[in-house]
Amino acid sequence: MSKVVVVTSGKGGVGKTTTSAAFAAALAVRGYKTVVIDFDVGLRNLDLVMGCERRVVYDLLNVIHGEGALNQALIKDKRVGNLYILPASQTRDKDALSNEGVGKVIEALRQSFEYIVCDSPAGIEKGAMSAMYFADEALVVTNPEISSVRDSDRIIGMLASKTQRAEQDSDPVNVHLVVTRYDPVRVERGDMLSADDVCEILAIPFLGVVPESKLVLAASNSGIPVTLAEDNDASEAYFDMVDRFLGEDVPYRFMDVQKKGFFSRFFGS
Amino acid sequence: MNLFDFFRPKKPKSASVAKERLQIIVSHERRRSSTPDFLPQLQTDILQVVRKYIQINENQIKLSLDKRGDCEVLELNISLSESGKP
Ligand SMILES: Nc1ncnc2c1ncn2[C@@H]1O[C@H](COP(=O)(O)OP(=O)(O)O)[C@@H](O)[C@H]1O
Ligand SMILES: [Mg+2]
Repeated sequence: MSKVVVVTSGKGGVGKTTTSAAFAAALAVRGYKTVVIDFDVGLRNLDLVMGCERRVVYDLLNVIHGEGALNQALIKDKRVGNLYILPASQTRDKDALSNEGVGKVIEALRQSFEYIVCDSPAGIEKGAMSAMYFADEALVVTNPEISSVRDSDRIIGMLASKTQRAEQDSDPVNVHLVVTRYDPVRVERGDMLSADDVCEILAIPFLGVVPESKLVLAASNSGIPVTLAEDNDASEAYFDMVDRFLGEDVPYRFMDVQKKGFFSRFFGS
Repeated sequence: MNLFDFFRPKKPKSASVAKERLQIIVSHERRRSSTPDFLPQLQTDILQVVRKYIQINENQIKLSLDKRGDCEVLELNISLSESGKP
């Protein structure tokens, strides 16, 4: 059975595209046939983060409008088997996305993929709405910061009322909280909301934190999803989340300040 | 913490200020978005029905949705003025 997973947030720049790429790649590494779709029509940057921008021929809108076949638009990742990208159009505007058109593409993808990850644009307009409409699961990406938490709350409300599952009165979308750009040092100092605070306010199941990491930018500079880059904290955090998402009981990490040992304190780590 | 911080009165940390503000906005926005949008229409409909029997104006009728514990209550208040008597 296939699952549609929307990665959404309301606010821009919180890590949706980073999370979509990392999560999709990690699912593929775990052996699931996965496609990640860029819904950010007009901006399009998932292909850059995935490092396949020069292989884009057709995009989501071409497929919706019958200007290219779905299998011509899908880009196969060169690093992991099982992983495909469906890029967004750079030229058209978001209003070109209709639920009917998107629905047909999703239905076709359901035939051959186990996970369909949808990278939502920011905002609560058309693009974000069509990215979430067919979702079975949602990753609500939130930074420990006041406006991001507030926007996430609104998005959680929309997942409960504006999706196909809501309209058809079937089981609600499974929502998961992903707190990104987390800095335990600042949390301990009291100038950043803790993951507990965010969980308490949003009151949805918690998938985990992704620590603030310089390697995230370095990986996207090189066009590598962070979960396919060399070993790093952010990658491990994403793999933990994927494993929890898949139903494993994985202890939470990266939530607390790493206490430095005696020697590293003197000699730097 | 240096000596000066030690003697300064403790300010609340910014994270706890943020949390408090968020709890207020979020509960406010949730309440607002859960108010069904048919309320104003329902109010005009009720007004019309009542007017078949009693002359009242629109400020004599109040409709509101409230939460009391686990219970949602749709409250309808019609106040009758002297002139409204049949
Ligand atoms: N865990 C992280 N640590 C450091 N930087 C991050 C992290 N997650 C995302 N970023 C950076 O934040 C910026 C916005 O991320 P992006 O995934 O494009 O957000 P969105 O898709 O929500 O707009 C990018 O520059 C990205 O490299
Ligand atoms: Mg993005």
